[in-house]
Amino acid sequence: MGSERLKTPEQSETDAPPPRRSALTNLWRIKKYLHPYRYRLALLWSMVLLNIISGLSIPPVVGAAIDGPISDGDMRRLAVFAAVVAGLGAADALLNLTRRYMQTTTAMAIEADIRAALYEHLQRLHTGFHDRWQTGQLLARVTADLGMIRRFFAGGMIFAISSTGMITIILGQLLFIEWRLALVVAASAIPLFLIGRGFFRNYLPAARAEQDQSGEVASAAEEAALGIRAIKALGRGPLMAARFEAEAAELRDRGVRKSLIASRSWSAFGAIASAALGVVLVAGSVMVANGSLSVGNLTAFIMLQLALLWPIEASGWVMAHGNEAMTAADRVYDVFDTEPAIKDRPGAKVVDRASVRGELVFEGVRFGFEDDSREVLRGVDLQVRPGETLAIAGRTGSGKTTLVSLPSRLNDPTGGRILLDGTDIRDLQLANLRSVVTTAFEEATLFSMSVRENLALGRPDADERDLLEALRVAQAEFVHDLPYGLDTRIGEQGLSLSGGQRQRLALARAVVVKPAVLVLDDPLSALDVHTEELVEKALEHVLKDTTALIVVHRPSTVALADRVALLHEGRIAAVGEHSELMVSSPEYVDVLSAASEEVSA
Amino acid sequence: MTATDKHASWRGRAESAEADRTSAELDDAESIKELRTQSRRLLGSMMRPHKRAIGFLVGILVVQNFVTMATPILVMYGIDHGIPAISERGDYSVIGWIGVSFALVAILEYLCVRLYIAQSAKVSAAMLFNLRNRVFKKFQRLSVSFHERFTSGRVTARQSSDMEAIREMTENGVDDLVLAALNVVTITVVMLVIDARLAAVSLLTFPLMLLLGRWFNRVSTLAYRRARETVALLIVYFVESMGGVRAVQAYRREERDRELFAGLNTDNRFAQAAGHQQNAFMSGGMRGIGHLATVVVLLFGGWQVMQGNTELGVLAAFLLYMKRFFDPLNELVQFYNVLQSATSALEKISGVLDEEIEVAEPESPRRIERPRGELHFDGVRFQYREDQVVLPGLDLLVPGGQTIALVGSTGAGKTTIAKLVSRFYDPKAGALRLDGVDLRELSEADLRSGVVMITQENFLFNGTIAENIELGRPGASRERVVEAAKVVGAHEFIEALPEGYDTHVRKRGGRLSAGQRQLVVFARAFLADPKVLILDEATSSLDIPSERLVQRALRTILADRTAIIIAHRLSTVEIADRVLVLEHGRIIEDGHPNDLIDHGGEYATLHRQWEDSLV
Repeated sequence: MGSERLKTPEQSETDAPPPRRSALTNLWRIKKYLHPYRYRLALLWSMVLLNIISGLSIPPVVGAAIDGPISDGDMRRLAVFAAVVAGLGAADALLNLTRRYMQTTTAMAIEADIRAALYEHLQRLHTGFHDRWQTGQLLARVTADLGMIRRFFAGGMIFAISSTGMITIILGQLLFIEWRLALVVAASAIPLFLIGRGFFRNYLPAARAEQDQSGEVASAAEEAALGIRAIKALGRGPLMAARFEAEAAELRDRGVRKSLIASRSWSAFGAIASAALGVVLVAGSVMVANGSLSVGNLTAFIMLQLALLWPIEASGWVMAHGNEAMTAADRVYDVFDTEPAIKDRPGAKVVDRASVRGELVFEGVRFGFEDDSREVLRGVDLQVRPGETLAIAGRTGSGKTTLVSLPSRLNDPTGGRILLDGTDIRDLQLANLRSVVTTAFEEATLFSMSVRENLALGRPDADERDLLEALRVAQAEFVHDLPYGLDTRIGEQGLSLSGGQRQRLALARAVVVKPAVLVLDDPLSALDVHTEELVEKALEHVLKDTTALIVVHRPSTVALADRVALLHEGRIAAVGEHSELMVSSPEYVDVLSAASEEVSA
Repeated sequence: MTATDKHASWRGRAESAEADRTSAELDDAESIKELRTQSRRLLGSMMRPHKRAIGFLVGILVVQNFVTMATPILVMYGIDHGIPAISERGDYSVIGWIGVSFALVAILEYLCVRLYIAQSAKVSAAMLFNLRNRVFKKFQRLSVSFHERFTSGRVTARQSSDMEAIREMTENGVDDLVLAALNVVTITVVMLVIDARLAAVSLLTFPLMLLLGRWFNRVSTLAYRRARETVALLIVYFVESMGGVRAVQAYRREERDRELFAGLNTDNRFAQAAGHQQNAFMSGGMRGIGHLATVVVLLFGGWQVMQGNTELGVLAAFLLYMKRFFDPLNELVQFYNVLQSATSALEKISGVLDEEIEVAEPESPRRIERPRGELHFDGVRFQYREDQVVLPGLDLLVPGGQTIALVGSTGAGKTTIAKLVSRFYDPKAGALRLDGVDLRELSEADLRSGVVMITQENFLFNGTIAENIELGRPGASRERVVEAAKVVGAHEFIEALPEGYDTHVRKRGGRLSAGQRQLVVFARAFLADPKVLILDEATSSLDIPSERLVQRALRTILADRTAIIIAHRLSTVEIADRVLVLEHGRIIEDGHPNDLIDHGGEYATLHRQWEDSLV
């Protein structure tokens, strides 16, 4: 059924198609991934047809054997016939094996290709997208949805092609035998079509709803595992279980709703086919009695019609498959169609790391989240001189973290611009920019890999010396005491390490890159005073000829900086040396003066 | 053998090869057998509550089976009797009755199919719903150390792709299985009745089928298991690299990441394909056996006919029956794929459900009559790894209401103490008591309402700020949520957000800065109002004005509470009644902060360093 309908929607690709059409459009767009396999697929489809023929070729031989040698009592000729059946049978089995083997191999390859492409696309999408999308929803697309598409291409579609072929052939034969009865059979296609159309209309949204919800369930499971300590620390296991149960119940209900829609149409398919058979039998019998049809022809007609039963009954299942593949394709293209907000401009330039002086200038930089009319940054003007270390101080919520996400374009300003050595950073190639500007966040994201892999994240070619040097600077030499040294796997998000250890590793990771501009978001917050002092001493050396932008919360960290900028209500309220600001800016004093006196006051 | 082998080193070495696995990953013959039993038991326990519904479903299928069988009989009857009645006697009643019967068949078929799909969907959905909840609860009860090696990706894999595999089995194809079985039995019986000798010969190929089935079962079990494992690894990697996508982008790790993901993707592709390819052999083999059976029947039956031992009609019927015997079986081979996938998934899940809980809930919990918040460490010994003792034997009594601060270098055991009090782990020796009751004897609910820990982890859940604070006390009114936020000084920044307390924090709180998240977590803990509060580096991300507010709040909050504070910033330590300096898991100094400063020991040194750092 699907094959003809798949061919049309090309034209609606650009102008916003209606939702129902777009489902088909998106499935059709998958053809891009079939293209590399087109010859194999062509071969495969011809093998499917050959396999049908090989399967159909055996019964006539068997029939001829009964009518011929067996009736004649010729054992020798029977052996010849049997040999032919055996030969055809072997060919049929072999064809079947080969085509199934190819079918599954090709389908798996296509699935893997789409998955890799989807992964690549997700990597390019900006952090704003990832903040909004639950991991479980993305995961469902990468696994379950692609699985559905694969199953359709490997199963449903092939079945649809072969049964369409079969139905056409049989209908032709029926027309040849008795056209009036054949029209009766053909007329039964009308209710089938109507029911099928209704099915499409109802099933598509129901399937979509179910698939969406299964992403929610996966998200809930993932979140409860990631937050297990927070949950256990508060004893909220039962609450989380209740919430999960609600999500799972919703999934169950949506699944049942979908199946109820299926139950209403599928059941009708078989019944209509049986009813048509009844009509033909009754009408045919009357015609035989009238003498306008021979018994042999009626028998042949009905035998053929019986062969139609199964493809018609199964078409419900095929349609459901097709529907699910369409929604799955839709969901996959939800992601593919999201353009990365942060990407290379046409003609973006490449700068040579060695020639970068490292002057960083913020010009009237503004930033607001897309769902928030109030801006976080309201015109930041700031100049970081080459080789200078500038600290950013400010109260919670003043926009420090947002500000430091801009120079490496993890976010783009909504107004104003940022210049690196006089060039707008948006005119540089993204990968190039990020090799020049490196950012380390307060939260050290460590991956479940070896320490070495984690350290070399930003510079895969770093040699042992670079790594050891970075570890020394970050006072992270504790890694040598881990069971397998640099080869030790550190757990999920480095959980088996303490906060301070993780932070030092993250710092070492940034140091390994040796960027021209180093951006650090409160890099020492989890360190004790003693370690902090050691790290600062070692960092000073690194920062000597690196431009650095550092978010600070503590006066002790300020010691690293040549100058400090105070961020207040989205603007730079003051810039200067720490000692100057301590005198000139009461706001600064409030933000950075030692806490102890206030507490005891 | 796998595409990732050449990159295998990236993963690094773990404590043991099995560190991140449950028992479901073992693949020696003995374990496989046991796993099979385990998963069968699990399937049994899933089906048991739906026994009657399943019986009903089988009933529908049996009826449907007979209804479908009626069709050829009606056709035969119509041709043999209906037509002669009309042509010979002009009697339309026979054909009329046949027409009516056909209408009945159509209606019955409609009802059976409709009822079957609807009912089986309900049963299947209910079974999965229960299983999902069971698995979720089990994961919640498993210890923190289990989760640390198992990873959230695997948890997600169990709840998504494994459940999906089971759903495919329960939702589709079971009817085919039952109908095919009914069909095989019916036809065997019919054939035996018609001609026992010919039937015996035609069933000669049956052992071949069994052999083929056994072969497939054996080889594909491993293949499908491996497929489930590779998909889990893929999910683990996906979840983690997407969770840390900010770091990936900032460090331009995309390419390397893609390379590693591609390796896992390819592994999974081949592992999945392996099972299906073996299934292709099974499918071709079954067809071949079917054709072989035809040849055998043709030759032997033909010879019998020539000998006059049997009728030509019988042979024709036999040949038709052979086809009807094998056709559904060929369809069924497809379902075998689904079945094997689901079995492997069931094994994985049963592995989780059978995982021993290291930190188990007591069978008969004891209650604390009047909570005072007294903590007693009685010779507590603890180590994460055999060769590295963290706490050699800690003796410590913290009277109810006292605020103690733990000070010491990294690895001194501060966080371990905090984790023991929160019962993330149990002591290897000795006991830890809250108001005289061993933590191991305390019910989970009592323990959690008594002890709350705040760490620097600052985990925020998907939802609004208010919902995240409310987690401290589910059902708390908005007023109390706001009040808690005010106390810890979070109110101001929350109000400044576009939708205030109803602002969505986005995934993992991505909307907020680390300091803001910490304040939300503080408000959450304040709302929880526990008897014992543990602050493990809970203020490290705060800026000084916020910390000042939190300090002030803490003085009130901790007034009537037992508290354990771990902090690098001694500003937080100063509010403690008592400071413990730890070294290698032993207490080397113990006293009031001012006394310790006067005393001139380790703490005095630390304090001086800290004062210097304040500039």
